[in-house]
Amino acid sequence: MLRVIGKRIALLIPTLFGLSILLFLWVRSLPGGPATALLGEKATPEAVARVNELYGFDRPLITQYLTYIGKLLQGDFGVSINTGRPVLEEFATRFPATLELTVIALIFAIGVGIPLGYLAARHYGRFLDHGSVVLSLIGITVPVFFLAFILKYLFAIQWSILPPDGRQSPRIDATHYTQFYVLDGLLTGEYDAAWDAFLHLILPGLALGTIPLAIIVRITRASVLEVQNADYVRTARAKGLLERTIRGSFILRNAMLPVVTTIGLQLGLLISGAVLTETVFAFNGIGRFLRDAIFGLDYPVLQGFIIFIAILYALINLIVDLSYSVIDPRVRVQ
Amino acid sequence: MTNRGTSVRGAGFARKRAALTAGISIAALLLTGCVQSQREENTGAEGDAAVDSTFVFAASADPKSLDPAFANDGESFRVSRQIFEGLVGVEAGTADPAPLLAESWETAEDGLSTVFQLKEGVTFHDGTPFNAEAVCFNFDRWYNWTGIQQAETTSYYYGSLFRGFADSPEKAVYKSCEANGDNEVTVNLAKPFAGFIAALSLPAFGMQSPTALEEFSADEIGGTAEAPSLSEYALGHPVGTGPFKFDAWNVGQQLELSIYDDYWGDKGQITKTIFRIIDDPQARRQALEAGDIDGYDLVAPADTQSLKDAGYNITPRDPFTILYLGMNQAVPELKDPKVREAIAYAIDKDALVAQTLPEGTKVATQFIPEVVDGYNEDVTTYDYDPERAKELLAEAGYPDGFEVTFNYPTNVSRPYMPTPEQVFTNLQAQLDEVGITVKPAPAAWSPDYLNQVQGTPDHGLHLLGWTGDYNDTDNFIGVFFGQEKLEFGFDNPELFAALDEARGMSDRDKQTERYKEINEQIAEFNPAIPLAHPAPSLAFAPRVTSYPASPVNDEVFTDIELSE
Repeated sequence: MLRVIGKRIALLIPTLFGLSILLFLWVRSLPGGPATALLGEKATPEAVARVNELYGFDRPLITQYLTYIGKLLQGDFGVSINTGRPVLEEFATRFPATLELTVIALIFAIGVGIPLGYLAARHYGRFLDHGSVVLSLIGITVPVFFLAFILKYLFAIQWSILPPDGRQSPRIDATHYTQFYVLDGLLTGEYDAAWDAFLHLILPGLALGTIPLAIIVRITRASVLEVQNADYVRTARAKGLLERTIRGSFILRNAMLPVVTTIGLQLGLLISGAVLTETVFAFNGIGRFLRDAIFGLDYPVLQGFIIFIAILYALINLIVDLSYSVIDPRVRVQ
Repeated sequence: MTNRGTSVRGAGFARKRAALTAGISIAALLLTGCVQSQREENTGAEGDAAVDSTFVFAASADPKSLDPAFANDGESFRVSRQIFEGLVGVEAGTADPAPLLAESWETAEDGLSTVFQLKEGVTFHDGTPFNAEAVCFNFDRWYNWTGIQQAETTSYYYGSLFRGFADSPEKAVYKSCEANGDNEVTVNLAKPFAGFIAALSLPAFGMQSPTALEEFSADEIGGTAEAPSLSEYALGHPVGTGPFKFDAWNVGQQLELSIYDDYWGDKGQITKTIFRIIDDPQARRQALEAGDIDGYDLVAPADTQSLKDAGYNITPRDPFTILYLGMNQAVPELKDPKVREAIAYAIDKDALVAQTLPEGTKVATQFIPEVVDGYNEDVTTYDYDPERAKELLAEAGYPDGFEVTFNYPTNVSRPYMPTPEQVFTNLQAQLDEVGITVKPAPAAWSPDYLNQVQGTPDHGLHLLGWTGDYNDTDNFIGVFFGQEKLEFGFDNPELFAALDEARGMSDRDKQTERYKEINEQIAEFNPAIPLAHPAPSLAFAPRVTSYPASPVNDEVFTDIELSE
């Protein structure tokens, strides 16, 4: 097992190296150039030229790349043009927010998706089944930002039952250690703050979780349908095993493999969904930060971000693969 | 064997199922009663107290820096104005300089030295006394910056107004500072600078605590090559003499200030100020409607009426802006003065303002708002006259009109141009009336649009504007027409020299006269068409009964009045 993990991580190195070159070239080929982004509206052409010289944007690409990769290897992702703070520090303060949001979205998607998909398969062809298919179709087709707007408009503006934006109400006093606001509130005994932070997660969590929810419903349904007609299930029934045992240990467990794969893939989607969701709810995570970086042409952030996401993806894939072997011991042998 | 195995696994599943059920139940619970009661409690508690002394204002972005000397953006200055005070402030509701930390001043005949009498008994938030020594410390700090500290991205205002640093004294406007005792200070300039006093009202020249500047290494910036990094001071230790002191900055979320107990002036009703960062204008409006914030700036023109109807207070700001139609003379047709005149006659500014710009907007006849020095009442105007425009076009050799590119930005809202797309459409129709066909060239604001219009000669007509930084004529027309620029594509040495001369004049009255002449000169040369002075507005919750709206954004929150 350890060897497998080691090999996977070793494979990551050339991948990241190649990625860093592509990224570097791509970012540099964007229009405008960093100097304009830096100086903004009131810049004179002379100032732009001076900044280019000062920061080395006028040096040969290869020199710029070597400087960049050299620093990267020392863990220096550079300083954000927009905020003047180290990129790594910016990620560190914002990633917990996105992770917190993603976890809520996933809990919602998995917690509702698997039971719903399972029930749909069990009641195949009946109302519940048709209903879930239609619902999941809507879930997939409605754009995230639109859903986010609707949720926000109804629950936050029209009925005022949930907060409209941010991670915490402005007037709440809270101490933060881990940057996971709910956790921080629980750890410090500031239960009001934890509750308030939790309320702020509900709407963006629902918006973000809807697409994965719809997909999980469909995959679970299809997978359960397939498994419940499998020979070994029929055999088990013929042997007179308890229906509960058959459903739990035979059908659901075996049907879970493709669902787990899907959940792993959804994690990637969640990051892109977070850009939209966090924007609508002014939620201070990496999604909104990435959007600012794109609009502000914040080169160091864009480069750092994609490397960061690549590592994250690799780790998620590793976890998904490992979880296979837990669900299905045969995978371990292969 | 089989049985045991099954039962264990079955139990595991049952446990999971139980947990799942519990989870769903909790979720359902949340979405119903609990949530409702929580929100109600909050509002109930607020109503009990006489006045909720916490004021929450939505900012559209984080400040770039808490050190105003190294900042040039509105959001940094908005926060700075609460924490810092300069020698010179602004007369409430105007753009004119007024005494602040300096109670009075006297400038010598030659304009080269100014003696300031300082307010007594003022302390910085860290207890450091404010005195002549502190003033000189600040002036010398600015003057002695080197390297990256001099870059336009860092010390924009010092660099552009005082022009040179200690390592290039031949360019510098500033010369030296002398403390004459505790409460009197003399600032010597190397060259006359008529805008000196007015410039000192900018937050960039706010007085900062020498102790804190040193303790938190305020000048240690730019350690990395790619972009300047902020100092420890600018990240979280700003110390001024203003009514509010810095508490916390949760980047991307909110910034908190609280009242400074030993503040020398009137403390007002607010004891805690929170700047909530909400970048989307729509989201700012929703946050106001949801009761999360007390107010926000730059209300979309389309929102003002509906917010007013819903009981919110809308406060228009006196316009200190200019929106103009630029004409790039690198385009052969636009080089012809007759064509430029024709375009000027073709535009119905009243219709444009009525149809596309917010309430309170004034039609522009020149490139400075009325309150700015040198405003010329009798300037040449081109009142809407499409027939005259057609005649002029025919005289210029375009009896059937011509086609020209029209560049405009999309998805952006500026104080002087809340809805560029609408302004474009309106002007397009008006120009079409006289036979000028425009080829639309929309582009994203930054960097595309700005780069196209300011950084390349490749554009035709375009929309741009300006919000004044403080009451100084040069800050408007000097910026636009003071030198050869790709934006307008003309070389008019006479105009450039006139502006340069006016900027350096030490006699204010003579300078005013000179600026009036220059405004007429510009109107005749017609390099661009001044369209309007759009008025930006602010929106507030009903409990905010008065807000000190200022044309130059000089709004200190001690002046806010709350009713509940």
